[in-house]
Amino acid sequence: MTLLRRGEYHAFDADGAAYVYLVPSAGVFRLDDTSVAVLDALGEGDLEPNELVRGLSDRFPVSDLRATVEDLLNVRALRLVDRPVEAPVASPPRKRIPLTTLVMNVTSKCNLACTYCYEYGEDRIVEASRKPRFMNEETARQSVDFMFAESGDSPVVHLTFFGGETLLNFKVLRSALAYAKERAVTLGKTVDTSLTTNATLLREEIIDWIVENDVGVTVSMDGGREQQDRFRVFSNGMGSYDVVLPNIRMLLERHRRRPVGARVTLTKQNLDVESIYRHLRDEIGFWEVGFAPVTTSWQRDYAIQEDGFEAMLGQFQRLAHEFLQYALAGKHHGFSNVRDTLEEIHKGMSKAYPCGAGLGLMGVATDGDVALCHRFAGSDSHKIGSVTEGVDRGKQEDFLTKHHIANKTDCATCWARPLCAGGCYHEAHTRYGASERPNLHYCEWIRRWTDTCLQVYGTLAERRPEYLAQFDA
Amino acid sequence: MRHLTPINRKARQIAESTEQDVVALQGGPLTTPSGPHIPLGCTFVFSPGWETDASGGTAGLCQPVERDLFDCHITCFWPAHVPDLYNYAPDWTGKCASAQKDWRKIDLIFP
Repeated sequence: MTLLRRGEYHAFDADGAAYVYLVPSAGVFRLDDTSVAVLDALGEGDLEPNELVRGLSDRFPVSDLRATVEDLLNVRALRLVDRPVEAPVASPPRKRIPLTTLVMNVTSKCNLACTYCYEYGEDRIVEASRKPRFMNEETARQSVDFMFAESGDSPVVHLTFFGGETLLNFKVLRSALAYAKERAVTLGKTVDTSLTTNATLLREEIIDWIVENDVGVTVSMDGGREQQDRFRVFSNGMGSYDVVLPNIRMLLERHRRRPVGARVTLTKQNLDVESIYRHLRDEIGFWEVGFAPVTTSWQRDYAIQEDGFEAMLGQFQRLAHEFLQYALAGKHHGFSNVRDTLEEIHKGMSKAYPCGAGLGLMGVATDGDVALCHRFAGSDSHKIGSVTEGVDRGKQEDFLTKHHIANKTDCATCWARPLCAGGCYHEAHTRYGASERPNLHYCEWIRRWTDTCLQVYGTLAERRPEYLAQFDA
Repeated sequence: MRHLTPINRKARQIAESTEQDVVALQGGPLTTPSGPHIPLGCTFVFSPGWETDASGGTAGLCQPVERDLFDCHITCFWPAHVPDLYNYAPDWTGKCASAQKDWRKIDLIFP
């Protein structure tokens, strides 16, 4: 007779209740005592159904046990051993995914010389010397046309300006957005705009333009003076904190319609997540603060090592706990890493690809070459088209097949793969020289962080479901 | 689904999809198909005595295993199990107008 076996899932507790996060479906279910007992009983090994029921019949009615086994089989938290598990297939999406985000690298030049920068630093992949340093107006317009042409039936397109330091090419930025808005009206679409800047060049005229055009702004900033000035320096070595601070204050004061976020690069030398958060959120007043470890090969001086990841996790967890308390009290908390993950958990995202790069998101280099995303823009070996000739469908399909989660064998047994899917292509390329490799250096970190977010999620689902309703919109 | 509570959006979709599933009357919990199941063929209709007993045999069933044969009659592609109703036993089911009520009237055929 057939045996019962545990399916693939991650069990977690939140607010005193037991839950499972199912893999690969990404469904979250709360368990009752009977289902907890059934899953526990199978922890030692496979059991024949009658044996399983007999073993637990002194604690639960047999009819309940049978119904529980049925429920668990239905959601695939259990499976029958003799029934083969479907092998995942690495098939690119059959329907073309419309392009909804275009990141325009309007310049590859920067007025800062941050030591860890992937665009300029030791790990750069962009062939900067053979490309124009600034995008010209014509290429910018062609990029906008490309964006609309590729956007299919999507009513909203997101245009993001990136660099280098984006604002070094403000002239083109301004004309490109004006053109995009004009085209959007003709085409009956909406264009949503954002930009990333180091804030050194924010001045009144630019802030006026930002406010007028409702542009979302993300400021790259690493924390307080000491933290910021360690790596975020001008080419003469001078720190940038005192230059950016008044500019940011002016921006925050004037730009009220859209939340302004800070984006922090964590390095071995800059890992005090909590103090960075307090400074940027509470003292400067950013609406939210997002953190990402520096992308670098492992041997660099600023690369975060094992113990650094551990320290970072502890601080992330403390901030996540604080986030939860705020959310339970109906207050905003600006730790955006939690919010982003909660949204993905709530929607039950189960990803074939770690991000939208090469699918719904693409990056344009200064010369109009189209790449997977902004991080690859300008790298000839990651080019998948150009704004004048469109996307090379063959290359895109190759990319999507090669990078599909089903081809990442290391991920096949990981419960966090519906959310992680192997992690950033650019990070993998920098670490391992191959964008299709999963980022094995932070697997354990991702699993523990995802577990933390699941606990926050479960608690909110139990005690303040209205918080999660915002993600249903 | 009484023992699991769907929490996120995906879980609710899973729960809905399993609720719509149709399971044959004799399909106990452990034989429930794991995917969406389209009912076709004999297990969809009322079929007295389809299952085996707890030992895997037929001796302990509440009715004779031969009653299963009625299911193979007409609706099923597997003719070896049923009497030859065209030549040898045309009246085999003559007294059985409704399987649910009249299954006792299906006679055994001994060639």
